[in-house]
Amino acid sequence: MHVARRLLSLVLTLVVASVLIFCVIEVLPGDPAAFMLGMNAQPEAVDALRAQMGLDAGLVSRYFTWAGGLLTGDFGASYTYRVPVAELIGDRVWVSLPLALYALLLSTIIAFPIGIIAAMRRGKAADYGIMGATQLGIAIPNFWFAMFLVVIFAINLRWVRAGGFPGWEDPLAAIGALTLPAIALALPQASILARIMRSALIDTLDEDYVRTARAKGLSQGGVVRGHALRNAMIPVLTIIGLQFSFLLAGAIIIENVFYLPGLGRLLFQAINQRDLIVVESTVMLLVMAVVVVTFLVDMAYAIVDPRLRR
Amino acid sequence: MISRNLILGGVLSGLFAVLAVLSFVWTPFDVETLSIPDRMLRPSGTHWLGTDQLGRDIFSMLMVGARTSLAVALASVVIGMGVGVPLGLTAAARRDGLLDDVIMRGNDLIFAFPSILIAILFTALVGPSVWNAILAIGIFNIPVFARLSRGAALSLWSREYIMAARVAGKGAARISAEHILPNIANLLIVQGTIQFSVGILVEAALSYVGLGAQPPLPSWGRMLADAQTLISLAPHMALFPGLAIVLSVLGLNLMGDGLRDVFDPKLKRGRAR
Repeated sequence: MHVARRLLSLVLTLVVASVLIFCVIEVLPGDPAAFMLGMNAQPEAVDALRAQMGLDAGLVSRYFTWAGGLLTGDFGASYTYRVPVAELIGDRVWVSLPLALYALLLSTIIAFPIGIIAAMRRGKAADYGIMGATQLGIAIPNFWFAMFLVVIFAINLRWVRAGGFPGWEDPLAAIGALTLPAIALALPQASILARIMRSALIDTLDEDYVRTARAKGLSQGGVVRGHALRNAMIPVLTIIGLQFSFLLAGAIIIENVFYLPGLGRLLFQAINQRDLIVVESTVMLLVMAVVVVTFLVDMAYAIVDPRLRR
Repeated sequence: MISRNLILGGVLSGLFAVLAVLSFVWTPFDVETLSIPDRMLRPSGTHWLGTDQLGRDIFSMLMVGARTSLAVALASVVIGMGVGVPLGLTAAARRDGLLDDVIMRGNDLIFAFPSILIAILFTALVGPSVWNAILAIGIFNIPVFARLSRGAALSLWSREYIMAARVAGKGAARISAEHILPNIANLLIVQGTIQFSVGILVEAALSYVGLGAQPPLPSWGRMLADAQTLISLAPHMALFPGLAIVLSVLGLNLMGDGLRDVFDPKLKRGRAR
């Protein structure tokens, strides 16, 4: 029941989101065809482009053509690149998505241990040190941090390349190219996650069942592993789910620092070239990714907490 | 109790606010005068933080940039609160009703649009400007405040003094305005400082990729974009705008933490013991 309701709400959210994006691009004042061709376009050229883009059709039928295309993987043809949008997006998804996932993985690997240490040593020097460091980590803009990573590790030490992407034919080189961007993306998220981990764990460590477990002779570490950690996972999972959307958004920015050919670069090129079809479909795809991940996190709650399996 | 956090945060945020206001009447150098012979100078007695690739004084640009950053972040908090809080209060007053459901699902929907995507959509539509940044961050703030005020208001609706007000014949709107809002104001102020700091970070990111403030309006994010290609030649060009962002965001976050401790001493237990 729970799953069915969430699934329905997922579909509904996607439909409304697609209508919104469609409206912003195609209904709000301004003729996309005129906008694409610029100020000095001939009226005949604008009309021809309108026909080519299918803009002379009715609004509702245009929406269904676009939305139907999204479902079947036919995103229309890019005006500037003159290739199917699906092809353009397809190439770039394999940069942005692995980057966001890589960053999510790093952020989790960093945040869990330091959050747990801070919670177990709360009020001690280690806790204050970690809390201070995470406060700083939240305040650092990831793209600024990224610039200095490039200077240190790519330009001075020459451990990795400064930018660009070699493609997945050489997986090691690809992962190498994504490492600095992923670290830059992960830093602020790891700081946030570590703080959430700490406070969620502290809350559960105050519970009676933890005192009982301690009274039965379980060590502090044993309590954390056996009881507290699992119960602290719900708020942590929520944040991990939210972080994916921030990481995807952050990836759009970070790709600019490293000249990575991902969805972010595609979006900015499309805006500069006024290629609205590409903007429309790419934004929709990113929103879809965020909504689906939120849904999956919701489902994961039920795995962590059997009480929610209803 | 005034904590160290509150003092340090207040001083840092206050410093940037003063610099921003001061920039209206005085900056060490004019930010629109280019001086190519003086380009990329290191920090010195004349140019405290050095100059950029066009010979403009970086300290002066940071002062004017503070104006942009703070104004954008503040305006977007005002939008977020102005729309989000009434929505949240309405949802709480109509809890479990259709309106509640519609408002909360609407929130989920907006949550699916990171502010960078909203900014990209607006920019695709009307071209880049500082207003896009304000709107994009403001819209992103709406569900934050709506959820917070709904949650806080829900816990108040079952209190006895609210019951008393209902018995006295007050309607849901009046109760929300007269009894609920004052009681959640502290929470809203704390969240407001946090969103203010998030706004500064997002504004910097948007103007870094060219979706925010446009030239000649100086902004911290664009200063970083200019600095990026020259970072080996003139690292100070990248260092100082970044530090300005870090310190102002840190200041606001510390202030938010400090305010939370002042408003709700009970919360302190879990956080800092």
